[in-house]
Amino acid sequence: MKNNVDKENIKKLFDLIYNEAKKLKNKINLMEVCGTHTMAISLYGIRAQLPPNINLISGPGCPVCVTPIQEIDKVIEISEKENVIITTFGDMMRVPGTFSSLEEKRAKGKDVRIVYSPMDALEIAKANPEKKVVFVGIGFETTAPAVAMALKTALKQKIQNFFILSFFKIIIPPMIALVNDKNLKLDGFICPGHVSAITGAKIYEPIAIKYKMACVVTGFEEADVLTGIYMLLRQIISRKPAVEIQYKRVVTYDGNKIAQKILKEVFKTKDSVWRGIGLIPESGLSLSKKYERFDAEKIFTVNTNYSKEPKGCKCGEVLKGAVKPFDCPLFKTKCTPENPVGACMVSSEGTCAAYYKYEVN
Amino acid sequence: MCLGAPAKIESIEGEFAIADFDGIKRKISIQLVPDIKVNDYCLVHAGFAIEKITKEYANEIKGYLKEIFNEK
Ligand code: SF4
Repeated sequence: MKNNVDKENIKKLFDLIYNEAKKLKNKINLMEVCGTHTMAISLYGIRAQLPPNINLISGPGCPVCVTPIQEIDKVIEISEKENVIITTFGDMMRVPGTFSSLEEKRAKGKDVRIVYSPMDALEIAKANPEKKVVFVGIGFETTAPAVAMALKTALKQKIQNFFILSFFKIIIPPMIALVNDKNLKLDGFICPGHVSAITGAKIYEPIAIKYKMACVVTGFEEADVLTGIYMLLRQIISRKPAVEIQYKRVVTYDGNKIAQKILKEVFKTKDSVWRGIGLIPESGLSLSKKYERFDAEKIFTVNTNYSKEPKGCKCGEVLKGAVKPFDCPLFKTKCTPENPVGACMVSSEGTCAAYYKYEVN
Repeated sequence: MCLGAPAKIESIEGEFAIADFDGIKRKISIQLVPDIKVNDYCLVHAGFAIEKITKEYANEIKGYLKEIFNEK
């Protein structure tokens, strides 16, 4: 809970933002890329309290949400195979596939287990040598190094029955795709905090320099987000787009070099489909040659030709910032956190879930 | 999903450590932050320490994590 000093500081930050916003000639669009930022911005009611010429748009930063339905269906299909244990982060359980979800499969007796770490999935593999243990690899640069380390361990310990579905994505390619989206007219990015802890803020340099977007790596508290917005405003008004770090308590320019090294060793980039945005070249991670044998897609053949996004769901449009959840006719009517139609309502950091909980139209 | 939870390192054994998450103890890997020491604070994501942080910041985060994800 906030004390009086905090409240004073928040007020001061809003004053700074309001003063700065008076200097803007046009309305500006800032995108928060990370799902936790979306959640924080909605919780603190920041969107509605900002001057009307600052528009905050939620971006594609919820990994569960951007995973296309074909990939969800793929996991569900594999869970049907003989002698398989599916291991996954909890976020994936309720995401609707075309016909079912992992949660439903588990209720019907399929062996689907929630793990906290890919290392736990590896332990399950060791304890069940007669089963094939598949870990569902979703996430961005924050999560991929943990899985890379688990695979390195599996290789060292010669574990034969551990596989991963590599649905990992990297954050810069969609940001560039969205900058180039003429309908969005972005002016700057509230850059993700914990992705940047791994990659370092340096990855945003091309976005600031080549695409002239203001970039500020921001923390997750109310004061952090407001400071980040203020820093973006200053960049935009002075027409000096750059990469700045507001979240210095965690993020450095260079990031975690050990994590970057293991990512390079275990993965290579591949083209990847993002829900809503479509195929983005070199935006996903697949296993490098050395680690190929852990690739679950090479072990199981599944047909997901039938995959189809849920009827009426505008998740895709929401994810690229083209519409707000309020614009979806199913929002709060047919689609609620208890009975989600689309992935953006399931995940705790999905944009529709954030709006459902906190935002008023 | 990319959120890191703060924890304090209680003991270290090789590539692993026992970390204290506000009273709950868990085994985590310290392979990504190998120079971490007992009593240091770190952010933990998917069972891995990803960055060292200060004690003050660890306490701050606990507050906002609770606010962002637990407030109904
Ligand atoms: S409210 Fe539900 S149906 Fe509508 S876009 Fe969001 S997740 Fe899809």
